[in-house]
Amino acid sequence: MTRSTGSLGRIRRQAGWETRLILRNGEQLVLTVIIPVGLLLALTLTDLLPQSDGPNSLAESVATVLTVSVISAAFTSLAIATGFERRSGALRMLSTTPLSPGELLAGKALATVVVTLISSGVVVAVAIALGWRPAAGAAWAVLLILLGIAAWAPWALTLAGSLRAEAVLAVANGVFLVVILFGGVVIPASALPAPLADVTGYLPSGALAQSLTEALADGQLSVTSVVVLVAWGVAGTLAGARTFRWS
Amino acid sequence: MPAVVIRDLVIRYGARTAVSGLDLTAPDGEVTALVGPNGAGKTSTVEACVGLREPTSGTIDVLGTRVPAGGRDRLALHERVGVMLQDGGLYSTARPLEMVAHVAGLHDESEDPSALLEALGIDPSSRTPIRRLSGGEQRRVAAATALIGRPRLVFLDEPTAGLDTAGRRGFHDLLRQRVTEGLSVILTTHLMDDVERLADHVVVMARGRTLAEGSVDDLVGGDDTVMFSGPLHLPVLDLESALPPGTQIQEAPAGRYRIDGTLDPSALATITAWCGQHGVQTRDIQLGRRSLEDVVHDLVSTS
Repeated sequence: MTRSTGSLGRIRRQAGWETRLILRNGEQLVLTVIIPVGLLLALTLTDLLPQSDGPNSLAESVATVLTVSVISAAFTSLAIATGFERRSGALRMLSTTPLSPGELLAGKALATVVVTLISSGVVVAVAIALGWRPAAGAAWAVLLILLGIAAWAPWALTLAGSLRAEAVLAVANGVFLVVILFGGVVIPASALPAPLADVTGYLPSGALAQSLTEALADGQLSVTSVVVLVAWGVAGTLAGARTFRWS
Repeated sequence: MPAVVIRDLVIRYGARTAVSGLDLTAPDGEVTALVGPNGAGKTSTVEACVGLREPTSGTIDVLGTRVPAGGRDRLALHERVGVMLQDGGLYSTARPLEMVAHVAGLHDESEDPSALLEALGIDPSSRTPIRRLSGGEQRRVAAATALIGRPRLVFLDEPTAGLDTAGRRGFHDLLRQRVTEGLSVILTTHLMDDVERLADHVVVMARGRTLAEGSVDDLVGGDDTVMFSGPLHLPVLDLESALPPGTQIQEAPAGRYRIDGTLDPSALATITAWCGQHGVQTRDIQLGRRSLEDVVHDLVSTS
């Protein structure tokens, strides 16, 4: 068989490969789809978690859950999968093929975008079924989701490329739980103790949740949050470039 | 042009030196086997050749390209070189065919994944994920990923470890067929059966350097060997003096004797008569050539 693969072709193939493996993996599906949808139902149908009672409460819940979707897909799921690929030697094997390290990372990034958009789409579909109607800020929300992926994914690769797979599993899940509970996501910043409430807006979790809330509830784009997300993405990329190891 | 040329290669891991001034030339279109004990530096050498490890010093040229290579040189090299790692190297949740087909899709040119898997004894229609395959089956899938891109040169690090006899023989046949079509192979192994059946050129390594190299015949030499078991500590010097000059007899371990030398029928008659006089049973006498395993063991233990 002969084909003209080219760099874009290899990135596309790698992205398709990664996407298929993620969507077929039960644990990854729980992280990227089941947990966010379960959280949306918990937020909208029960009083288990704190939330506002205002007219935008459903939009705020959707913003919260979309933030969880982004963090679970672009951080926790990506870190764990990459950590185990590194342990199994799959990344080393790929590095001996025509796929370059940059193409591999681009493929992973593209797969993460696809999976996050799929999980976000499921969340939005469930929210619509619950009565939510997308407002004018929906386009901003798509941009913010992409920025959220760019802020979180480099940290996933930094983690996966520097620790043992078992440690990656523990740390990625631990960080996920801490940031969605105390990082200005599920528990609003206003309900957190003062020192935490002050910093959540500068965390990639809080910045994403706040900006998505403003976009979906008021149709506004928070420039500060965009700057925070971009800064975390740049910092994560620099950290990953320094510490990532393929084996 | 040789497939691989290594000059004065040094690889250090902190204070430990894994490869110490290695020189090696692997001829094009042949199978070169790297053999030696654990820690000899075989895997480190292979990893440096395929760009997985940065040499501390020295030079490596693979198919005429200096490695580690970057940019277009790297791409061109990886299109022409296949690699089978010592262990792992596969996505555990993938199925064999999709794993091999994915690697095929990264190359400009490839074999048919189903046909290659079948030739290696793996059912291409199997839906069993790789993590549930036996160790030997996983090695076959890894071999397929190394060969799928129609490489001109393939590095195989202990390719038959864990394979059953039929699997090993099938793999030998497949590899030999590819070599007749022009493939060059660099092989590391602890199985001398692999080496004797496959290798055109053997490099014996220990402590990161070359102890000896040549064909199997060069290394084994023309000497014959007679081995026999008998009572402990027989007076073998008597026998040695009755045999042609240069013949050597060793008792190692106790009660196990080995005679190395040019043994013509008259010498064999002398040996069997002497054995008869010293209580050695005919069934305990074996005649053969010195094994490659013995040669490698002797080279390593005396180095």
